[in-house]
Amino acid sequence: MFDFIRRMFRKPPQQETATTAPLTDEQLKSITGAPSVRYDLQQLVAACGQSIGKQRDLNEDSLLAFTSTLAGNGNNAPFGLYIVADGMGGHQSGEVASNIAIRTVSGSVLRKFHPYLFNLKSEPLDESLQEIVQAAMAEAHRIIQREAPGSGTTLTAALILGQQMTIAHMGDSRAYMCYPDGRMELITRDHSLVKRLEELGHLSAVEAENYPHRNVLYRALGQGEIFEPDIFTIPFPKGGSLMLCSDGLWGVVSEAELSRIIRDTPSLPRACQKLVEAANAAGGPDNISVALVQLMG
Amino acid sequence: MDEDGNTPRRQLQSGATLAQRYLIQEVIGVGGMGSVYRARDLHFPNVVKLVAVKEMVNLAPDPLVRQTIVQNFEREANLLATLNHPSIPRIYDYFSQDDRSYLVLEFIHGKDLEAIITDTDGFLLEEQALTWGIELCDVLSYLHGHKPDPIIFRDMKPSNVMVNHNGDIILVDFGIAKTFQTGVKGTMIGTEGYSPPEQYRGEATPLADIYALGATLHHTLTRRDPRLEPPFSFNERPIRKMNPAVSPELEAVINTALQYNVEDRYPTAGDMKEALLNAGRKTGMLTRMPTASLQASAVKPLWTFSCEDEIRGTPAIHRGTVFIGSYDNNLYAINAADGKFQWKYPTEGGVVTRPAVFEDNVYFGSEDRRLHVVGARSGKVVWTYYTEGPVRSSPRIAEGHIFFGSDDHYLHAVNVNTGRAAWKFETTFPVRSTPFVANELVYVGNEGGDFYAVDFRGEMKWRFQAKRAVTSSPIAVGQAVYFGSMDNTLYALDARSGWIVWRFRLGKGSIVTPALAENVIVTGAADGFIYAVDAQSARELWRFRTDHQVSGSPVIYRDSVYCGSVDGQVYCLEYRTGRLRWKFATKGAITGTPLVYDDIVYIGSTDHQIYALLA
Repeated sequence: MFDFIRRMFRKPPQQETATTAPLTDEQLKSITGAPSVRYDLQQLVAACGQSIGKQRDLNEDSLLAFTSTLAGNGNNAPFGLYIVADGMGGHQSGEVASNIAIRTVSGSVLRKFHPYLFNLKSEPLDESLQEIVQAAMAEAHRIIQREAPGSGTTLTAALILGQQMTIAHMGDSRAYMCYPDGRMELITRDHSLVKRLEELGHLSAVEAENYPHRNVLYRALGQGEIFEPDIFTIPFPKGGSLMLCSDGLWGVVSEAELSRIIRDTPSLPRACQKLVEAANAAGGPDNISVALVQLMG
Repeated sequence: MDEDGNTPRRQLQSGATLAQRYLIQEVIGVGGMGSVYRARDLHFPNVVKLVAVKEMVNLAPDPLVRQTIVQNFEREANLLATLNHPSIPRIYDYFSQDDRSYLVLEFIHGKDLEAIITDTDGFLLEEQALTWGIELCDVLSYLHGHKPDPIIFRDMKPSNVMVNHNGDIILVDFGIAKTFQTGVKGTMIGTEGYSPPEQYRGEATPLADIYALGATLHHTLTRRDPRLEPPFSFNERPIRKMNPAVSPELEAVINTALQYNVEDRYPTAGDMKEALLNAGRKTGMLTRMPTASLQASAVKPLWTFSCEDEIRGTPAIHRGTVFIGSYDNNLYAINAADGKFQWKYPTEGGVVTRPAVFEDNVYFGSEDRRLHVVGARSGKVVWTYYTEGPVRSSPRIAEGHIFFGSDDHYLHAVNVNTGRAAWKFETTFPVRSTPFVANELVYVGNEGGDFYAVDFRGEMKWRFQAKRAVTSSPIAVGQAVYFGSMDNTLYALDARSGWIVWRFRLGKGSIVTPALAENVIVTGAADGFIYAVDAQSARELWRFRTDHQVSGSPVIYRDSVYCGSVDGQVYCLEYRTGRLRWKFATKGAITGTPLVYDDIVYIGSTDHQIYALLA
């Protein structure tokens, strides 16, 4: 009955008189992402890939992905920790350094989050997100210097809590934000000699491409007196994803190709696999590690 | 000037009105095609908004030439309309009338570089030339990076560079600037002496501007006008030979820019800037950079207004009226254009709160425990709302409610129309922090060090505990909320949950409301410093020392930070570097926040006065 009345009085469809933006629906869709399914539960989804590559005998990369969902009782804050570390230094010590790094950093961070996440009465964090990450890196720095002197490792970590993504970074592994329209944004700065020379204008992009000492770092975890990681907090890219990777991937696969693979492969584990395959197809000169993370909902 | 030289008849007289909008005040320049006037924009009756009106008199007899001239003028207008840079004048309007066309541009308080060179006895300081050189590289980089095509300025010379009252440069006269398409040859336009050899062959590339910048700096440092010398003869006039005070480093940079062959110059303005910066670092010039050449005498109040007791609070502006409270218990309404008294409204206590204006009513709290609502025009009471303690927290109006704190420990939410309490949220200490509304939450701190996020029903969403009082008023931007505390810390908390994202250590406690622009947070503390901190990494970008506590809050306006100090001064700092642009001394401590509106800074001081200063 009501339906009938409503239909009788329904307004005729409005004439499309105004064109608002100069973008078509398709264009808008490509920017905002497919009209994604609304998830009531906000959660992190992650996948990883790793390969020794085609030319190395040792895997000196280490990788960590920790994703947790605790929902209920009116509380739900996605929490995740993702780390890529690329060790260096001969006699297997690179491997040791990167392994110490991921274990120490994740152990230290998770210990501090434990009372907040898992105690029956949630206890507030009394350190800042950046302090927690900074302290964890400092601890790893000390342990590497003690346990594997002379070695070092890159470390790029993302600590995600709610919408806040805290990135900690030393060396030349990288973090990228991948937006739904295919744009990729490098959010870390390589602490490599070649990048520094390029920043100072001593090398052009082309010269940098062919620079012989491309793998020389001026900042690495476990090395040097000065311990100065880059730490910053930014919002997680809405509708997009975060990629962490070692130079075994970004050094051989172009940004356009990385972006194409991520955009064209909706399944994250499959995308990681394809990224690793692409690096190996390009010769696989180095160990390859990659982690992809999305925030759903 | 037209051909018959009949300039006086042709020029507009002061007092004339153009397009029923621009009241001509005086001629400020005469160019090849007409005059430039200073005018007042009458569409802003309550404030004096000055503009520059550039006139082009078109008397060419040949219709084709006439048409080209008009097109060039229109091109300048269109070009300027697409540009947005602090060193490029903003364009407001463009119109033609009879045989004349007019551009209405931002009026620049200052002097052109040629006049500065001429009027200076002896040589200008090389630090000064270096600073201008760096700023000119910046604006050239901006133009050369223009999309889709780079813009070549083509006429860089001292008379086209204005130095404003802050000591910053503004590039003027885009009459012949041109978008550059690779491979297309242009015609020789520019000024002989400053233009590079290839420009005489009709080529104009970004490298031509770099040469001309080199020539401009050469002229600035040597006082030798290149128009009076044979073209391309700079290498016969080494800078240090004429002015030995110039460092070899700076001379080398200018020489590189002035290379005859294009490929020997800096490839981009960015590279030249880098080279200038390096020269500055090497010689230590960057650290002894002059604060500004014209400022010292330039900062004079446009007007002042005197109350009967201290002003400790912050003004607000609405429709040409400035509202400010005083410890003589009154709220004052003052004409923003001339500082004339309009009305005052007496309360029974000191007024330290910043008034809020909403729908022609002014809302403010007083130490007489009340929130007062007064008509903005009449100064007559509309209603009052009683709390149980002095009100020192300023009202925030959002979602149909007024949110403010009181020393009675409550955060009050009052319906803006009825004046009735919607709810009160109890904290255990006085609330002197001004609430901030964002993300459907009200953020506020109290004197016990608690910081709350309260929803619109008055229910607590989360709470954070600082170690000492949070008198500072929060600001929420994006996912984070920022505020200072007397526990010597600037906090960034997650706006939804209250987790600490980062903490930044200050030298002493802070009651200052931080200001944020482009990921830079500026705040102050009782240690006398004004701090700038990166909002993502919490790294200190710069700090500036004042001579006493910083209790009032900084304001970011365009590329400057304005902040008062208990040392009695108002400081204007360059926002990226913290370099002092100017300062102005009042006769008492400043504890309030400046209000910057339409290029005018309004600030109150405990010397009982409110000052209006040119930003």
